[in-house]
Amino acid sequence: MKKTFKCEVDCANCAAKMEEAVKKIEGVVNARVNFMTQKFVLEASDDVFDDVLSQAVKACKKVEPDCEIEI
Amino acid sequence: MMTKKQKKTRNRILVVLSIFFVLIALEKMGALEELPVLAKFLIFLVPYIIIGYDVIKKAAINISHGQVFDENFLMMIATFGAFAIGEYPEALAVMLFYQIGELFQSYAVGKSRQSITEMMSIAPEIANVVGENGEVNEVDPYEVNIGDILLVRAGEKIPVDGVVVEGESFIDTAALTGESVPRRAGEGDDVISGCVNGEGILKIKAVKAYEDSTVSRILELVENASDKKSRMENFITRFARYYTPVVTVGAVLLAIVPPILGILALSDSIKRACIFLIVSCPCALVISVPLGFFGGIGASSKIGVLIKGSNFLEAASKIKTVVFDKTGTLTKGEFKVTDVVPCDEKDISKDELLEMAASGEAFSNHPIARSVFAAFIEASEKSDIDRSCISEADTKEASGRGIETVYIGKKLLLGNAKLMTENGVESFAEANNTSGTIVYVAYDGAYKGYVVISDVIKDEAKEAISLIKKVGANKTVMLTGDRKDVAEDVAKQIGIDEVIPQLLPADKVARVEKMLSSEDNDSKLAFVGDGINDAPVLMRADVGIAMGSLGSDAAIEAADIVIMDDDITKISSVIKIARKTIGIVKENIVFALSVKVIILILGALGLTTMWLAVFGDVGVAVIAILNSMRALKTTR
Repeated sequence: MKKTFKCEVDCANCAAKMEEAVKKIEGVVNARVNFMTQKFVLEASDDVFDDVLSQAVKACKKVEPDCEIEI
Repeated sequence: MMTKKQKKTRNRILVVLSIFFVLIALEKMGALEELPVLAKFLIFLVPYIIIGYDVIKKAAINISHGQVFDENFLMMIATFGAFAIGEYPEALAVMLFYQIGELFQSYAVGKSRQSITEMMSIAPEIANVVGENGEVNEVDPYEVNIGDILLVRAGEKIPVDGVVVEGESFIDTAALTGESVPRRAGEGDDVISGCVNGEGILKIKAVKAYEDSTVSRILELVENASDKKSRMENFITRFARYYTPVVTVGAVLLAIVPPILGILALSDSIKRACIFLIVSCPCALVISVPLGFFGGIGASSKIGVLIKGSNFLEAASKIKTVVFDKTGTLTKGEFKVTDVVPCDEKDISKDELLEMAASGEAFSNHPIARSVFAAFIEASEKSDIDRSCISEADTKEASGRGIETVYIGKKLLLGNAKLMTENGVESFAEANNTSGTIVYVAYDGAYKGYVVISDVIKDEAKEAISLIKKVGANKTVMLTGDRKDVAEDVAKQIGIDEVIPQLLPADKVARVEKMLSSEDNDSKLAFVGDGINDAPVLMRADVGIAMGSLGSDAAIEAADIVIMDDDITKISSVIKIARKTIGIVKENIVFALSVKVIILILGALGLTTMWLAVFGDVGVAVIAILNSMRALKTTR
């Protein structure tokens, strides 16, 4: 499953850092944090999606405390 | 519009800025000199904390994650250093101006980001599904099923690709194609999602789900475009990775070595090291370079041209050779009768010959047959042929040859030379007309004449070629399956330099590969095709440019650049936009690097102040961002 979320992020570099952090999470097929469009795209298999999503949000908050992901 | 966070920062800046001016004024008047050092330190520390607490907090968090060399850390160390050597006003100023610069940056970036995304605000928000009893339900476009009947009111966006089942209107396709003249759409016409219904109420039947509709495919494409990085962007990312640590190490050395050698006092060397640290942030480049490319992609989409990545924009700026596929690119891909030639005008007139041919072709769906029929309708101003003269039951298609039928009781043959000779048509002679496909007409065993059908050259083809040459692509080539004489005739009419005729689709790849191998690194080859059977060539070329013809899947998949409304004059516009973007990006790189290098050198020699260093960091970033925003402006 692939889902897109709105995501407030301040700089291109921060977005790249968040993306890297999310990609490291187990169960993530692909992830993208797009600074220009302010979007967060997460791809993971259906059965673990919600779990992966909450982990991803946590990981983003850790590297970029300012970021805001709307779920 | 500022975000909440930006407003909060702005308020903090205003408060601290006024405190800062009061303190500077007091210091200039000498009022602070009486105070003990600790009191003076505290007076500056309070506003410093108000303005800089979040920077210090972020630096601390990042260090705990092992990310040392980020800008927050650099600012923290630089200002701590300034405090340590007693330069209190400078410490406060550096942090204050850093925050002002950051606020401005985030505002400017947000602003240009918005203007780009707004321009592409083609996504429909709602869909009105008509229920079985005629009731209308407003739903999310995602929930529309194929086959649903949708109601689109005036001013609303068409939510999914569909076909009109009721109503008539003018449709504004500007957001997708850049074309400002509205298109008429009536019953049976295909309509594309993302277009705006101009006036009447339309009922359309959904033929595609939202995810597969043009609008969501385009949005996805543009959003992914910034993921495909250009060489320059990759260079900046790599550069930033080494640059900051190197400068930081330089700063440490600068702080420690001269005092050990006894050249400088410790306070002086620390001050120089601080200057180093302030300048060392590469944000001017890290932000402005991708922003420039994004602006260039945005500017192209404004004229109805989609570019799939910054790397293709970069390649487009170096296009030197443009290879065209003929059909559907230089020509309209629609066949038209261009000549009607009776073999003896006393025996049969042009109009009679055309009527005869049109009657024979009336039951065929072949594009050539349709064009003959259409030509008759147009020339005779009748609405149909006389159906009593001919019957569908008698009509047979002779594959690869033409049509055999019975017209007013006698045998009618329409087709190529083979059909004529095989049937032993009297006094038949092959015509030496070269401008297109020829359909010979024989009636009752006797040769009557022929009809010439040609693909029509696009009105703008000639202008497009000359514009392409004007922007510096010095070689234009046409690939076609046509006979040599036909191909050369077309090439001459529109000003193409080189023709490669009689090609099978498979030969095109080999030809393009040959051309690719003979060019150097700084000149790129673009292939322009309609995407129908040239997808492999589109992929193989440095830059594959496809005619989108509003929704041809193969084209959008295979190409790097898609011209939404098939207007080939836009090729030169894209090259121009690409050049301008690359120019802006280069300006920014050169400007930012040289200012930084100069300040680093001056700083090392002790010839500059922290004030200038702050300009070297945030000032340069702001100027570079403003420059990048120019890329968004289009000039056609």
